[in-house]
Amino acid sequence: MPREIIAAGLEQRYGSSVVLRVPEWRVAAGERWLVVGSSGSGKTTLLHLLAGLLTPSAGALSVLGADLRSLAGRTLDRWRSRNVGIVLQALHLVGHLSVRANVRLAQYLAGLPQDDAAIDSALASLGVADKAERLPRELSQGEQQRVAIARAVVNGPALLLADEPTASLDDESAVRAADLLIEEARRRQATLVVGTHDARLKSRFEKTLVLRK
Amino acid sequence: MNLATLSAGYLRARPLQTALSLGLLALGVGVIAAALIVVAQLEATMGRDARGIDLVVGAKGSPMQLILSGIYQLDAPTGNIPLADAMALKKSPMVRKAMPLAMGDSWRGFRIVGAGREYLDHYGAELKAGKYYEQPMEAVLGAEAASRSGAQVGSRFTGAHGLGAEGEEHAAPYTVVGILSPTHSVLDRLVLTPIESVWAVHEHGEKHEAGKAGADDDREVTVLLVQYASPLAAATLPRAINAKSGLQAASPAFETARLFRIVGAGIEALRAFALVLIAAAGASVFIALYSALEERRYDLAIMRALGATPGRLFALLVLEGLVLAALGTAAGLLLGHLFAGALGLWMEAAQQPPVSARHFEAGELWLAAGALLVGVLAAIPPAWRAYRTDVSRTLAAG
Repeated sequence: MPREIIAAGLEQRYGSSVVLRVPEWRVAAGERWLVVGSSGSGKTTLLHLLAGLLTPSAGALSVLGADLRSLAGRTLDRWRSRNVGIVLQALHLVGHLSVRANVRLAQYLAGLPQDDAAIDSALASLGVADKAERLPRELSQGEQQRVAIARAVVNGPALLLADEPTASLDDESAVRAADLLIEEARRRQATLVVGTHDARLKSRFEKTLVLRK
Repeated sequence: MNLATLSAGYLRARPLQTALSLGLLALGVGVIAAALIVVAQLEATMGRDARGIDLVVGAKGSPMQLILSGIYQLDAPTGNIPLADAMALKKSPMVRKAMPLAMGDSWRGFRIVGAGREYLDHYGAELKAGKYYEQPMEAVLGAEAASRSGAQVGSRFTGAHGLGAEGEEHAAPYTVVGILSPTHSVLDRLVLTPIESVWAVHEHGEKHEAGKAGADDDREVTVLLVQYASPLAAATLPRAINAKSGLQAASPAFETARLFRIVGAGIEALRAFALVLIAAAGASVFIALYSALEERRYDLAIMRALGATPGRLFALLVLEGLVLAALGTAAGLLLGHLFAGALGLWMEAAQQPPVSARHFEAGELWLAAGALLVGVLAAIPPAWRAYRTDVSRTLAAG
């Protein structure tokens, strides 16, 4: 299965206003891309299109060989849960679930076997194995971010998406978070696309897509 | 991990709101369950006690009082009637069976009832110990009267005048000659003795001498329990008796139905109040789930992003309503049985008909089904909102 991303004439509109326009974009499997642009340029919209959370208003979009316009409903949800890992700026860990249960949630909702070894491995590779039974509120912001990344990668996605993962972090933490994402993507041979307006990350990514309003 | 554990987790995370919903539902279900359990047992007990008795004949007064005192031994008798009148009725061709009873005394709150052997046979009495009475001042104890008083065969006691515990004691002692097995009828709570004992105690006062009773002409009984010989008797006998001065005939079927209509109004009011509680519980479940949606919208959106279908989010919310309803219903049914048990203890102490906490009514299943339905219905609007979660917009806003 081709694991590249191909966008052609991609356009997203809300009502009459165009919020995203990508004339042509091709991402090879395993590449690490930074999507940059000012606020409102469509970075989040592009990431949501790649995850199948939105349907393009116009143009073609093929992600990991799947024409997302042809997928819908349960099929699209299942495709996303098994192929795409998502990390958001607001980490959105489920507050009453332990760290382990938060990661297990991704396995459960993807309909995959609940595999403690995979959970432990993901938590260990991100340095939070000893926090497995804690609640999110008992962790620091950095630790919560690692858990969110563990949840995104535990199902072994071919595509890892991160939306403003460093927005609220200091320099040192931002660089560390970016390195963690890159390292996890490399370890799992996943394609990484990070949407950000954070210039501190530019040097760590090999390719950049610039979006303009 | 599954939907049920996720639902339970969310409910545990909101203990106050969950406790409020559970408490309201449990209280509503508990009150209705208790009413079902208690009324069913009282109806069954009263039905058993009145089975085979078509008419109660006694002194003029309230017909309901006559029934309550003559059959159920619950109220004070309306007075006495001449034995001669009772015996004349007994010989009527319209009467298949007539059982005269003489009452007026008690022992430790248990009524002493003078009755012939046919009264014991009517309720299928069997001896657990000793023998049936044969002589005046011999007594046979009902199962509950024996167990609660601790009396044994051979025990002696003196009756007190009146039906309360404070009456003046007669000097003449009774001797317990037998103890009955439980009949699950009014007999269980009685001290039974030949009618002659009652006459003797009252005719000779404190100078009683067994076997020396007065003349038949002066003697009285308290009630006569009558079974008709034919359906025709129902149309003519009560009218004939009521026309006679000093006598009154009352139908147990009619008076019991009237009693339950009176009591039923109170029970219906209680049920209506309990239904309001259940409706409030439904509203509480709805508010709990709906208000939590705002703070859970990111959780629900991230679950969608992780692969949950809208249907699964819908099921999650409905399951939360169902779990709340199931827990509330279970607690309510338990509470209902505890209410009934507590009432039963009080009634037992007051020598009233028995009410058990271990009695189960088919109506409880309908009650449980109704309460579960309330939980599910209350969860549907928030579940529908969760179903329609706009994942992209919610995550973009977060």
